[in-house]
Amino acid sequence: MTKVTMTVNGKAVSGTVEGRTLLTSFLREDLHLTGTHVGCDTSQCGACVVHVNGKAVKSCTMFAIEADGAEVSTIEGQANEDGSLNAIQAAFQEHHGLQCGFCTPGMVMTAASLLKENPKPTVNEVRNHLEGNLCRCTGYHNIIKAIMAASGQDVSAIAAE
Amino acid sequence: MPKDTGIGAAPKRREDVRFLTGTGQYSDDISLVNQASAVFARSNVANGVIKSIDTTAAAAMPGVLAIFTGEDFVEVGGNPAGWLINSRDGEPMKEPKRPVLAHGKVRHVGDAYAAVIAETVEQAKDAVEAIEADIEELPAVINMKDALAGSNYVHDEIETNQCFDWGWIEDNRAATDEAIKNAHHVTTLDLVNNRLVPNAMEPRCSMANYNAAMDEYTLYTTSQNPHLTRLLISAFVLGIPENKLTVIAPDVGGGFGSKIYHYGEEALVLAAAKKLKRPVKWTSDRTEAFLTDAHGRDHVTTIELAMDKEGNFLAFRTETMANVGAYLSNFSTATPTFLHGTLMAGNYTVPLVYVNVKAVFTNTAPVDAYRGAGRPEATYSIERVIDKAAREIGMDPIELRRKNFVKPDQYPFGSAAGLEYDSGNYDALMDKMEDVADLAGFDARRAASEAKGLLRGRGVNAYIEACGIAPSNLVGILGSRVGLYDASTVRVNATGNISVMVGAHSHGQGHETAFPQIVAELLGVDAASVDIVHGDTSKIPFGMGTYGSRSLAVCGSAIVRATEKIIVKAKKIAAHMLETTDSEVEFNDGVFSAVGTNKTVSFGDVALKAYIPHDFPIDAIEPGLEETAFYDPANFTYPSGAYCCEVEVDPETGKVTVERMTAVDDFGNIVNPMIVTGQVHGGLGQGIGQALLENTVYDETGQLLNASYMDYTMPRADDLPFYAVDHSQGTACTHNPLGVKGCGEAGAIGSPPTVVNAVIDALQSGGNNVTHIDMPVSPLNVWTAIQNA
Repeated sequence: MTKVTMTVNGKAVSGTVEGRTLLTSFLREDLHLTGTHVGCDTSQCGACVVHVNGKAVKSCTMFAIEADGAEVSTIEGQANEDGSLNAIQAAFQEHHGLQCGFCTPGMVMTAASLLKENPKPTVNEVRNHLEGNLCRCTGYHNIIKAIMAASGQDVSAIAAE
Repeated sequence: MPKDTGIGAAPKRREDVRFLTGTGQYSDDISLVNQASAVFARSNVANGVIKSIDTTAAAAMPGVLAIFTGEDFVEVGGNPAGWLINSRDGEPMKEPKRPVLAHGKVRHVGDAYAAVIAETVEQAKDAVEAIEADIEELPAVINMKDALAGSNYVHDEIETNQCFDWGWIEDNRAATDEAIKNAHHVTTLDLVNNRLVPNAMEPRCSMANYNAAMDEYTLYTTSQNPHLTRLLISAFVLGIPENKLTVIAPDVGGGFGSKIYHYGEEALVLAAAKKLKRPVKWTSDRTEAFLTDAHGRDHVTTIELAMDKEGNFLAFRTETMANVGAYLSNFSTATPTFLHGTLMAGNYTVPLVYVNVKAVFTNTAPVDAYRGAGRPEATYSIERVIDKAAREIGMDPIELRRKNFVKPDQYPFGSAAGLEYDSGNYDALMDKMEDVADLAGFDARRAASEAKGLLRGRGVNAYIEACGIAPSNLVGILGSRVGLYDASTVRVNATGNISVMVGAHSHGQGHETAFPQIVAELLGVDAASVDIVHGDTSKIPFGMGTYGSRSLAVCGSAIVRATEKIIVKAKKIAAHMLETTDSEVEFNDGVFSAVGTNKTVSFGDVALKAYIPHDFPIDAIEPGLEETAFYDPANFTYPSGAYCCEVEVDPETGKVTVERMTAVDDFGNIVNPMIVTGQVHGGLGQGIGQALLENTVYDETGQLLNASYMDYTMPRADDLPFYAVDHSQGTACTHNPLGVKGCGEAGAIGSPPTVVNAVIDALQSGGNNVTHIDMPVSPLNVWTAIQNA
């Protein structure tokens, strides 16, 4: 067992983990941050995306000890300081970009990472960037629209949600 | 009535905030103090005799608390099929026992034969590896045709792999044969409806707790229908009295059918929790989900369409083999029969339909209802053979469909497959589709594609489905072992806000937003004062849950009925307060008034009075304001639609790109158009996935070759287009109080044949004599078809 220390959503945390403990397990089981979901075991579905030192990472494919000393942010840390939804979250609600909600944390975290790198993406850039995030409910239409809207671009030409 | 929150409004979803902030409560997010973990030992062979299971070493592993094998469950019941189908000769279907854990034999890869309970999931996984199971592998039964012909049986005791041989409508068989024999033109098509894995993004999860002092159990589980799950566990499997078992389906991350059913893992964790007197949780990993969730579709079909020389349809005749896998899942026998055969007249006035379905046991995972459930299979067969027929007789495919449509003045229309369609207007849908899809601009778009060296094709479709499942008296005659009503309790609290307890379950459908719109409309209150309670059998009335696009049509109607009772009771209280009689009280926009006076009381005043009845005439008015209604529909509802797809095909590589996808649907009245459109989007995504990408492949030994997202082609954002969705042509359902029909499955029903029709059209436009390609229409399959043309 190894002690790990990291900053999660701005708060210093620590815990004792096995070498095989995944970051996602540490977040969910030890820190009770259950907004980060596990939808597959193969790094494909993206429900577990968090940011580690500012980069989008699939937390099901990273050991907790690899995040020792890192700055981690999760879906629980995304809302504005007053608790209101941030621009991406609000756009997902406004454009009905979620249904069952299970993939949603990963979608929001991936979208945040995309818009940080590419503040005004094209539709095709958004679609390509979501290659690693699966959604079974929405057919992606409203997810793409929400991310385009969150980037401040006009989405009125995209068919109504 | 506040128009921004009643019926027809599109308020944003209230459930979104918790999902967007990571504060939803899915089953695996819930942990209980002192909880232990369950992990299953699963067969890695498709068919085998369990010679012995030695758990000695595993039991000695660190953290191990208990190990269960099939031997521990021989005294309890099996997981039953919910629908009894009789074969054409009158014999009841074969119904082998489906045990909690495999006993004697394992029958598919993933079949669980033991379970380890340990302090942690890692310890349980390690101990599963230490179980020594001597399983003698036998040849697997995989191909349905071989299964029917051979003598290697999935279940030795029934001495056949045929579950049933069903005919619909059997009395029409001879007349159908005769019509086909004498027809001017008969089009025949052999097709496969590819096997799919539902793939809800949340894997299944079940956690049980047991209170020994009270002899009470609680099961948290990923279910679309907690009451149905409880009933199955109580009445058939473990015998736990219903009043001692609470089933809670909290936030559920999608279902698409796969979470309707009771699974053995639920029974296992309940038994383990009792034995250990500790909470026990099991969470599926994705490969387990591929191996053990009920799959969908998997039909092999021959369909024939007979026409006269004008193109009038004379008969449809269908022969289908339907895979039910190794065990009968709860609705597996209804799906290929009454959810499939009864739709085989489509939108058409065809006078004769005959469907023969042979259900076949194989050494594969169980197959059951997946989004659409039987109706996608029916629509695919009908709409593909019509397209082929149109090409053979040289008629425009839209014209051929229109020629045979049921017309608006023919309702109620008794279809040749035994249903009574209550409403619809298929020509209006087709008109609207032609407009929204801009068919007039197709030739120019085709020319532009051709200029790039690509082939462009256009496919159309008309579908009908039967939703709002279902009239209990009818389904009882047809073999259902349950009623299919739903229920709602409307509780007006003393302070005027309202709690609505419902039998339906929301796992993406937005009930928490849409259902309050109904109550708001009827009571003239703001929807924000209405909350929905669902998913917990200790809180909700006995409803049958969510599947088959039934929640609004059936449970929504129960909400209407319960709310109407509230109004009747509230009028009595208002009459007392207004010092008049019930019949002299009017209720409009949330205000009760005495006819012919200016005296009024508000809804809130009446609610408060109901709970502070100091001056009630207690012999005439009971305190409180709470009513329950069970709603049993008079008929199915019949959503219908006209779809259009345009594809580009690269003839060099066979790659198909969906360029335009248009869905025009008749869902009757609409409660929340934003949610309805979202439901159609999701169905289209899954339907296009089936048509172009998805398949479930077992090799001849019964190994599932694509049991992960590395291997199973889930539709991704860059595989799919934006969709054009229209539901402006609704014709109200005539027999439920909301006039609604249901929208959850439509996209998955209407889109697969539309896409395939478009691909065939594209290939034909390039001079390739290709009349059919089985789904998924992958680059390899298209390229091969071109080479063979």
